[in-house]
Amino acid sequence: MIKVDRLTKRYGRTVAVDEISFTVEKGQIVGFLGPNGAGKTTTMRVLTCFLPPTSGGATMAGFDVLKQPLEVKKRIGYLPEIPPLYPEMEVAEYLSFVGRLKGVSKSNLARRVDEVCGLCAIGDVRFKLIGRLSKGYRQRVGLAQAIIHNPDILILDEPTAGLDPKQIIETRELIKELAKVGEHTIILSTHILPEVEQTCEKVIIINKGKLVATDSVENLTHRLRGAESISVEIESRNGELDLSEAQRRLEQIPGVSRVILKDNKGPRAAFEVESLEKHVVRGDVARAVVEAGWNLNELRPVAMSLEDVFLQLTASDAETAAAGGAQ
Amino acid sequence: MKNIWVLYRKELKSYFSSWIAYLLMAFFAVVFGYFFYAATAIFVSRGMQAMMMGGMPMDMNEWIVRPLLMNVSVIGLFIIPMITMRLFAEEKRTGTIELLMTSPVRDYELIMAKWLSAVTLYAAILAISAVNLTYLFVYGEPDWKPILVGYLGLLLQGGCLLAIGTFVSTLTRNQIIAVGGTFAICMVLWVIDWVTAYDSSTWAEVLRYLSVVTHFEPFAKGVLDTKDVVFYVSMIFFGLFLTARSMESLRWRA
Ligand SMILES: Nc1ncnc2c1ncn2[C@@H]1O[C@H](COP(=O)(O)OP(=O)(O)O)[C@@H](O)[C@H]1O
Ligand SMILES: [Mg+2]
Repeated sequence: MIKVDRLTKRYGRTVAVDEISFTVEKGQIVGFLGPNGAGKTTTMRVLTCFLPPTSGGATMAGFDVLKQPLEVKKRIGYLPEIPPLYPEMEVAEYLSFVGRLKGVSKSNLARRVDEVCGLCAIGDVRFKLIGRLSKGYRQRVGLAQAIIHNPDILILDEPTAGLDPKQIIETRELIKELAKVGEHTIILSTHILPEVEQTCEKVIIINKGKLVATDSVENLTHRLRGAESISVEIESRNGELDLSEAQRRLEQIPGVSRVILKDNKGPRAAFEVESLEKHVVRGDVARAVVEAGWNLNELRPVAMSLEDVFLQLTASDAETAAAGGAQ
Repeated sequence: MKNIWVLYRKELKSYFSSWIAYLLMAFFAVVFGYFFYAATAIFVSRGMQAMMMGGMPMDMNEWIVRPLLMNVSVIGLFIIPMITMRLFAEEKRTGTIELLMTSPVRDYELIMAKWLSAVTLYAAILAISAVNLTYLFVYGEPDWKPILVGYLGLLLQGGCLLAIGTFVSTLTRNQIIAVGGTFAICMVLWVIDWVTAYDSSTWAEVLRYLSVVTHFEPFAKGVLDTKDVVFYVSMIFFGLFLTARSMESLRWRA
């Protein structure tokens, strides 16, 4: 459905997107993951024919973004980072306007507006001015706008950015719902790792304009879960805690690769324990602490930051390459 | 064609759902009303004198309509930048330009819709002056043909400056800059005429040719000259052409 081929986009001297290639099959929900400035928005703007690529290209639903932009535009729905809304319009009026612009026929228009209002749960504000809506509603009107013409492909740029936790959950549910109901192929960008795990089937990771990895979400979580890092806080029951003793005991647990002291105040100390790939050490850590006669105040997995993900992915890629070379 | 219509309606709606259309109409009504009053007052007092001296009755077209039309053409220079300032600048600022440029719409359709809506608003503003002019028909017998030619001239001159304003509006996301830029260009195109008045070199001739107000004078007199129509129409095309180029480069740079 989407085929991106060595796509490059430069702004003057900055290379925003550097020779990335990937494909997306029909009906997939794909997460486009990368930190700020990675080139997500730029890529999406090329895919939606808003910007021409500097070199390379892309085909959307079988049409080339450079040669047949009108055909591409008919088949995509796009929600930019900031929803493109007209505050002086009423919701239903706005959706009708966008519908007509995207080629919904006059006879189908009212029905489509009803349908998307229902899907996006904005029926109760359809006669309100967009300028008066809350952020969550605006985002949903933005989504409704993107699907009004029932496009083959939906492109959503950070659809949950700036929303509160409840709205984020609602929006994610809505996106999953859309994938089911409309059989759309969806690309959504995000800089939040768990978002991809919760919403998407496939993930494309980019950093500084370069493709880092494309994989199914299942494989990716597997690769990342391999090595885990947990935060442990222990407390001695009688006076000062013997730090070196604690460190030694933690390091002796099978499967632990590294123990780092994070904090120490009187009888309390916090460590970060990293485990080897495919070892689950949480239970052993808990037992070791209790057996030594200390209190276990806290034990939780450390959420992996995107930076860690990149480090790990690039490192494991390098390892595989090295292993391949050695064979 | 359908796209132009859909976009055109949206633009008009947006003019009339903000204060800008009403403000401009009110401004024009007041200023035109004042000039109308001044012109008729002079006409009446001079007319009295002429009657007492036993001379010919004065011509309304020459004494009221012509100076009024010249005034309106200059008032237009102040109104037009305010009409075009938001056309593209606002869409760039709020990001709605991304919606328009990723919809299956051709650039020229978007440009035509925006320009036509601006022309429509300008025409609506000019129409206010018709209310005053009907008084002339009630109290006298002015010739209506030169008046029509005059209004055609106003629309052509307006269309040409509105096209330039539309172009300026694509260059920025700041409406204040858009209004200032268009106003500056309007002023230059107006003033060129005075600057070159006593110069007869070829350059002066060329510059004088660009003065939008000079080309309007024949219209005010009720004279429809092809060369002035050609001037305005080609300026409209030129302005819209620049707009199209600017939109393209918006794509390449943005
Ligand atoms: N219009 C622009 N002009 C110049 N540089 C830009 C422009 N838009 C984005 N960039 C640069 O391109 C890079 C990628 O930006 P972007 O695609 O917005 O990343 P993301 O959406 O992943 O945060 C950044 O370094 C950014 O500064
Ligand atoms: Mg972005």
